[in-house]
Amino acid sequence: MNLECKHVWEHISGYLDKQLDAELLAAIEKHLESCEVCSAILDSTRNILVLTADDRTYELPVGYSDRLHARLEEVMRATR
Amino acid sequence: MSESAEIKVGMSTTATRSEKDLIARVLAGETELFHELIRPYERLVYVTIYAILKNETEAEDAAQEVMISAFRNLKSFRGEAKFSTWLVTIAMNEARKRLRKAKVAAEDSLDEPGAEGEGDFTPAVLTDWREIPQAALERKELRAKLQEAVALLPEKYREVFVLRDIEELNQEETAAALGINVTLVKVRLHRARMMLQKILAPYLKSQAPLPVPGKPARGGFFRRWFQ
Repeated sequence: MNLECKHVWEHISGYLDKQLDAELLAAIEKHLESCEVCSAILDSTRNILVLTADDRTYELPVGYSDRLHARLEEVMRATR
Repeated sequence: MSESAEIKVGMSTTATRSEKDLIARVLAGETELFHELIRPYERLVYVTIYAILKNETEAEDAAQEVMISAFRNLKSFRGEAKFSTWLVTIAMNEARKRLRKAKVAAEDSLDEPGAEGEGDFTPAVLTDWREIPQAALERKELRAKLQEAVALLPEKYREVFVLRDIEELNQEETAAALGINVTLVKVRLHRARMMLQKILAPYLKSQAPLPVPGKPARGGFFRRWFQ
């Protein structure tokens, strides 16, 4: 199976999630061996996912937990 | 199964068991234990809402409302889904409700692709990608840029991306929390990831550290080397 770049792009997400069947996976791997553009697109997407999933990207506001539990305590006290 | 995987499974079983126990005890009247029950999910609820609403104060208020709602409705939690998925569902509903109220949704529809299918999509075409190390997240500017890019995604793609790639829920949990099927989760996630690549890759490439001469800068190097 010979793939064009645009067909590889359609399966980048499935590739990253390891959800491709063996035949398609082999075809994509073969394409990636010789295509710098698709390799770079794949690597950049993977890199972006690692960065966005890092806890430092979304930080909790200072004091969030304390305020949350204080508010819950008020609600609990009112229902007792 | 590897040793670490066994440990992970073991821990998760223990966590689930004690969580069930905590829920039962809260429902039986030990309401104080609700604080302990939700502690592991404070971040999950806040970040889910923040990534949708894009406003810190509003997200914090909404997160409080979600936890209060979970406390008041705990008896309706049947244990069929995971407690975390149940909380995320409440959080997502609260975020959607507030978004509708603010009518922010209207601006999302401007750049929303009409078709749901994977369609023609052109990513940012580049070569020789140099990886941005996670340590670079110490820089506020980079964090802001990542948040901004996620915020630019149309709502239905942003929701799936937040649950799958930020909160790391699995496909089934994401589908359940959003009330859509797994196929749609996959399609929307793919589009979300490709949109982010298009938005972010050119910026990140300009920020990447220069490669050390004679040293491979990324994993793809070996693919090129052996071709």
